[in-house]
Amino acid sequence: MFRDAALVAAKDLRLEARSRVAFNQIAPLALVILLLFAFALDPARGVLARAAPGLFWVAVLLCALFAVQRAFAIESGDGRSDALRLSGLDPAGIFLGKVAAIALELAALEVLLGLGVAVLYDASFGGWVLLVATGASATAAIAAAGTLYGVLAAGLRVRETLLPLLLLPVLAPVLIGSTRAFEAAFSGVPADGWPWLGLLTLFALVYLVAGALAFGSLLEDM
Amino acid sequence: MTTATNETTPAATGAPRGTGSTTTRVLGLTALVGVGVLVGLGLFWSPPEEVQGDLARIMYVHVPSASLAYLSCFVTAAGSVMYLWKRSEWWDTLAYASAEIGALFMAFACITGSIWARPTWGTFWVWDDARLVTSAMLLLLLLGYLALRKVPGDPDVRAKRSAWLGVLLPINVVLVRQSVEWWRTLHQKATLQPLGGGAKIEDLMLFSLFVGFVVLTLVWVWLLIHRFRLAWLERRVEERELSVAIDERRAEARVSGSGAARFGSAIGPGGGP
Repeated sequence: MFRDAALVAAKDLRLEARSRVAFNQIAPLALVILLLFAFALDPARGVLARAAPGLFWVAVLLCALFAVQRAFAIESGDGRSDALRLSGLDPAGIFLGKVAAIALELAALEVLLGLGVAVLYDASFGGWVLLVATGASATAAIAAAGTLYGVLAAGLRVRETLLPLLLLPVLAPVLIGSTRAFEAAFSGVPADGWPWLGLLTLFALVYLVAGALAFGSLLEDM
Repeated sequence: MTTATNETTPAATGAPRGTGSTTTRVLGLTALVGVGVLVGLGLFWSPPEEVQGDLARIMYVHVPSASLAYLSCFVTAAGSVMYLWKRSEWWDTLAYASAEIGALFMAFACITGSIWARPTWGTFWVWDDARLVTSAMLLLLLLGYLALRKVPGDPDVRAKRSAWLGVLLPINVVLVRQSVEWWRTLHQKATLQPLGGGAKIEDLMLFSLFVGFVVLTLVWVWLLIHRFRLAWLERRVEERELSVAIDERRAEARVSGSGAARFGSAIGPGGGP
């Protein structure tokens, strides 16, 4: 299973390295979102610095939608979904591979967004251990839930509009948890953030297990 | 369901003209009488509440409808699990019908709750109460589920995808509930005590609430049965291919008068596949 996951993740990342869709389109989009927040919330009053953790994670969620769409767009057309089914790879492995590829793309994006938040919103960072742990857990949670809901919407004509409706309400706990944990880290009281890290990790585990179980059955008619 | 053909499907041969039966008529009449009793109890016979006065009366419908919405969520999840196990259309249709009735009851609960909150809390909505936010999120999750159900396509594929979505519903509700609970309570203690905290609830008020639960459950069951049957018939109609339906319409147009014939020819040239 893990060998299959590594194969699929390597394939998706190789595709990304060659096509540069996430790098050329999703990453600039993330910066556009940061600018839009700045225009919407008057920067002169320090709102941006205070709201930085929440805005950061909203930007990550919006970009995650595109990353998930992209992860399934590369499997559609030209009988590629049939090829994936016929490859003999373990469905759970395919799921975990897709999750890993999306998570790595999101992690790169988060580093970029973090720099953007630091420069544009004048936010001060602290509590690095909590920040990195929260980032890792939340990214795994978003990627796992995103991949599961992505395959639920894959192959439908209305997938672009259906996926946000299905996925964003589900990710609400991740947004709440990661925002609160980041706020705790930013404000220098990391102790407040650790319960949230637990919730995020639980969320990620639930969706990793659910996705690994469901993916085989859902892959049949992707 | 895959073996059913037009000849063996009762809906196709002895097509029922509605979703009613003796059971549902009796049930519907009982529910109607119950609603009358509930109106009497809730609006006239029960005393006003000590702290909130007449405002508390909305609770007789608000609390049961919210509870039934959560019940619908779990019926949908159960139907989804059973569908994934048995692959029977019955469980799939039950999950669908229950989700739709659940969305209806949850919307009703959110609206009645907002109406109650405006004079009590001075605002239609607060973010301090985990129950409010969880309920709103459940409504959105149900709307997402229903959106997936409405996507045209192969019924079996749709049923399978919906079933997985339905299985995840209660898990999401629990996760949302937990996060929203912490979201507020980790930073500030709950400042609001709905239903007046330690206020005494009189017997007749408790009885009215009980009647509210019974009556709304009857309405819920009645709606669920009708929605189930409607969904079942919708599926039968879907199974009869579009071309059959177009042929029938054309035949009808030829038989009836010139007005209908004109209508028939209008859809004639480009209508068929």
